[in-house]
Amino acid sequence: MSKYTEDDLREELKTKEYEYGFYTDIESETFPVGLNEEIIRAISKKKEEPEWMTDWRLEAFRAWEDMVEPEWANVHYEKPDFQAISYYSAPNKKAKYNSLDEVDPELLATFEKLGISLDEQKKLAGVAMDVVVDSVSVATTFKKTLAEKGIIFCSISEAIQEHPELVKKYIGTVVPQKDNFYAALNSAVFSDGSFCYIPKGVKCPMELSTYFRINQAGTGQFERTLVIADEGSYVSYLEGCTAPSRDENQLHAAVVELIAMDDAEIKYSTVQNWYPGNSEGKGGVFNFVTKRGLCETNAKISWTQVETGSAVTWKYPSCVLKGDNSVGEFYSIAVTNNFQQADTGTKMIHLGKNTKSTIISKGISAGKSQNSYRGLVQVHSRAENARNFSQCDSLLMGNECGAHTFPYIEAKNKTAQIEHEATTSKIGEDQIFYCNQRGIDTEKAIALIVNGFSKEVLNKLPMEFAVEAQKLLEISLEGSVG
Amino acid sequence: MDLKEKLVASYFAFEDNLEDHSPLHAIRNNAIKIFEENGFPSKKDEAWKYTSLNTVLKHDYSLFSKGEKAIEYKDIKPYLIHDIDSYKIIFIDGKYSSHLSQTTHEGVDVCLMSSAITKPKYRLVIENYFNKAAKDDSMTSLNTAFSNEGAYIHIPKNKIVEKPIQIVHFSTGNEAALMLQPRNLIVVDENSHVQIIERHQSLTDNPVLTNSVTEIFANKRAIVDYYKLQNDNENASLIDNTFIKQKQESHASVHTFSFGGKLTRNNLNFFQHGERIDSTLKGVTIIGDKQHVDHSTLVHHIEPNCESHQDYKGIYGDNATGVFNGKVIVEKEAQKTNAFQANNNILVSDKATINTKPQLEIFADDVKCSHGCTIGALDESAMFYLRSRGIPEKEARALLMYAFSNNVLDSVKIPEIKKRITKLIAKKLGVNIGFDL
Repeated sequence: MSKYTEDDLREELKTKEYEYGFYTDIESETFPVGLNEEIIRAISKKKEEPEWMTDWRLEAFRAWEDMVEPEWANVHYEKPDFQAISYYSAPNKKAKYNSLDEVDPELLATFEKLGISLDEQKKLAGVAMDVVVDSVSVATTFKKTLAEKGIIFCSISEAIQEHPELVKKYIGTVVPQKDNFYAALNSAVFSDGSFCYIPKGVKCPMELSTYFRINQAGTGQFERTLVIADEGSYVSYLEGCTAPSRDENQLHAAVVELIAMDDAEIKYSTVQNWYPGNSEGKGGVFNFVTKRGLCETNAKISWTQVETGSAVTWKYPSCVLKGDNSVGEFYSIAVTNNFQQADTGTKMIHLGKNTKSTIISKGISAGKSQNSYRGLVQVHSRAENARNFSQCDSLLMGNECGAHTFPYIEAKNKTAQIEHEATTSKIGEDQIFYCNQRGIDTEKAIALIVNGFSKEVLNKLPMEFAVEAQKLLEISLEGSVG
Repeated sequence: MDLKEKLVASYFAFEDNLEDHSPLHAIRNNAIKIFEENGFPSKKDEAWKYTSLNTVLKHDYSLFSKGEKAIEYKDIKPYLIHDIDSYKIIFIDGKYSSHLSQTTHEGVDVCLMSSAITKPKYRLVIENYFNKAAKDDSMTSLNTAFSNEGAYIHIPKNKIVEKPIQIVHFSTGNEAALMLQPRNLIVVDENSHVQIIERHQSLTDNPVLTNSVTEIFANKRAIVDYYKLQNDNENASLIDNTFIKQKQESHASVHTFSFGGKLTRNNLNFFQHGERIDSTLKGVTIIGDKQHVDHSTLVHHIEPNCESHQDYKGIYGDNATGVFNGKVIVEKEAQKTNAFQANNNILVSDKATINTKPQLEIFADDVKCSHGCTIGALDESAMFYLRSRGIPEKEARALLMYAFSNNVLDSVKIPEIKKRITKLIAKKLGVNIGFDL
């Protein structure tokens, strides 16, 4: 390659199409569009839920009706028409499969294209999959191994049937129904999601993972995830998303609740690659997610995310550090390209003594995208010796994109020690020159630099997931990541 | 009748009394409309999220002072930087005091807004500059509607004003509660240089609310140094709105020293219209009791090759609350911008609060922008070092705090101000040492 400059890269980025934009035609059973109490009752009935769950959903729905869509985020989009969305869509064959052979072959082919073939996954080192296609869990693997340890890992609808006491006790405790507009919507209409319970003192022997996809045209997906790590337990949970191309905007409003009891540790990793829209900014997924974890004494929650997709992202994985000595971590890479908009960050609420939090956020913007970090570090008056370190770095490619930082820091305790640092830069000519000098062509050099820029976060991903993350970075910044 | 209604109602009487052909007529009418629509800002406004005006607005303020109180030079001397020769524009309860002031028309114009508005001689400057930098938020608009008095400073081309200008507003407690709305206009033409000191001081315990607007225009290669001294008593509140519009290669700096007052809000806005501009925003805040100081800054980088430096230090004791809300916007055209923002805070009491929000909004790729923000306590090992050398705890603490705020003082160009502020810091920290050890 003679001369590969940043301009070339930009050109490539512009024209790079979404590779995974295919659509599998699976016969779906879809509800009529619109949202009212009837629909919610119908969803609840369809899922054979007990009455308390139906009431819980209705309560959320009534609260939602009085709420208005938030506008404070630094994103601009056409607001979705909530009455034009179908709130339930499930693959036709709803029977539970015991083996892969029973699964719809077309579906399996889809997974293969995504590179997450169950066959492969089964053989590969201990990843149990709870695959979700359009809301209903169709396959669960490694369940037996987990069951031996007393670990419950299943879809949330199954959990409502089989472990109602756990679900009833914990659902909505971290993200209440009325928490915000999208959380309320999710609470009312969530169709499926994952549930995980790790009993006392158990260290989960494998990485738990789910894949979410949006498949049916015009259906929003409302996932609900609840992870409970009982005293002294450990779990690493992976979540990955890919979605087919769509012309109209699709809405995704998930809620994730994590509960880490005394001495427990939860590691939650996400690779998100919803369809970002084409190079003209048409289409793409709206990703409005509420993720929050609660730490009891000595507990630790660590969020790691790689955000490459979605037309509009609005996501703040948070930690409530309630117990003394608890630790919260947030590692994020957000890549935006073309007309993508991301407003993402975290909230660290220090309530307990000696609580610690770390925030590392890396934003890479290219094309005409806007990338914002929005974070809150709050130290309450009783949180003695709270400690926070935040670092937000932005990398800009081209002068049509934007990088923004909105850190909110509120301290009410004199022993608090808080540091916040943010920088914005571009790929330096000298860095590229240095690489060129050593025989590394410009494309590779840019790849190296971007990789180095995000290494701090990539390193936090579990081994099994690092490959996937790498793949997704490739799609978003093709030509820059080798 | 609440304060807003009162203000709107008395606006018409106020406007009627002014000369009809004043060029500001339309501007004022428009401004009162904006205020009437928006009212006082509340905590629901993002810009006022951490600062509530409720406790300040509850008083029944007189909008215009009626009586006059005889004030002697000795009454105000402690509040002036009196050991240097300077021009002085002194206002007592919003009215200009000619016997205490020292103005000039020789070469430069250091005089009054009220006369600049009415005299045809100044008409061109007023038309070109008045309300041209100010934003139309509701507090600024309220001031614009009532704008009539304040300082008017015009420095023509190639002039170095040899002595600093002091603008001081006193309130005497003549009214049970008084609201003041001074309006200053400062125009510094090409290659000129001026130093200005501004202060608001209440002489009694009666509540005072000052909503001040200052517009500063620094034309090509002009140098403007502005110092704000805020050490008012516990019933005085200040909302200060300062707008600085810079042309190419100009240097402007604003140092804000906030040591007192019940509630102080500093809205400081820099707009860079030209290349190779340098803007400096620095501040030291040392407060206690139930005081509240809010620094809200904006630096708008519009053209390439400009720099901005922000450095705010805060020490908060007792039940005090500190707010820092810094915003740097770098437009797409503003390549090669170098913007730096730092906010460091120390909490010395369990009930003090600090809320800080340093924001960056960047649309250009070839820039160097960074911000840093810390909240912490004094270094115990440094304390130990000083104490092991026989320095008492209180003094050791004060020394460390002085050192903490020292790099803001470093860029103060008038030695007398530096001396005065050092003394004020010592007093604030309750020690009797000189710091110039």
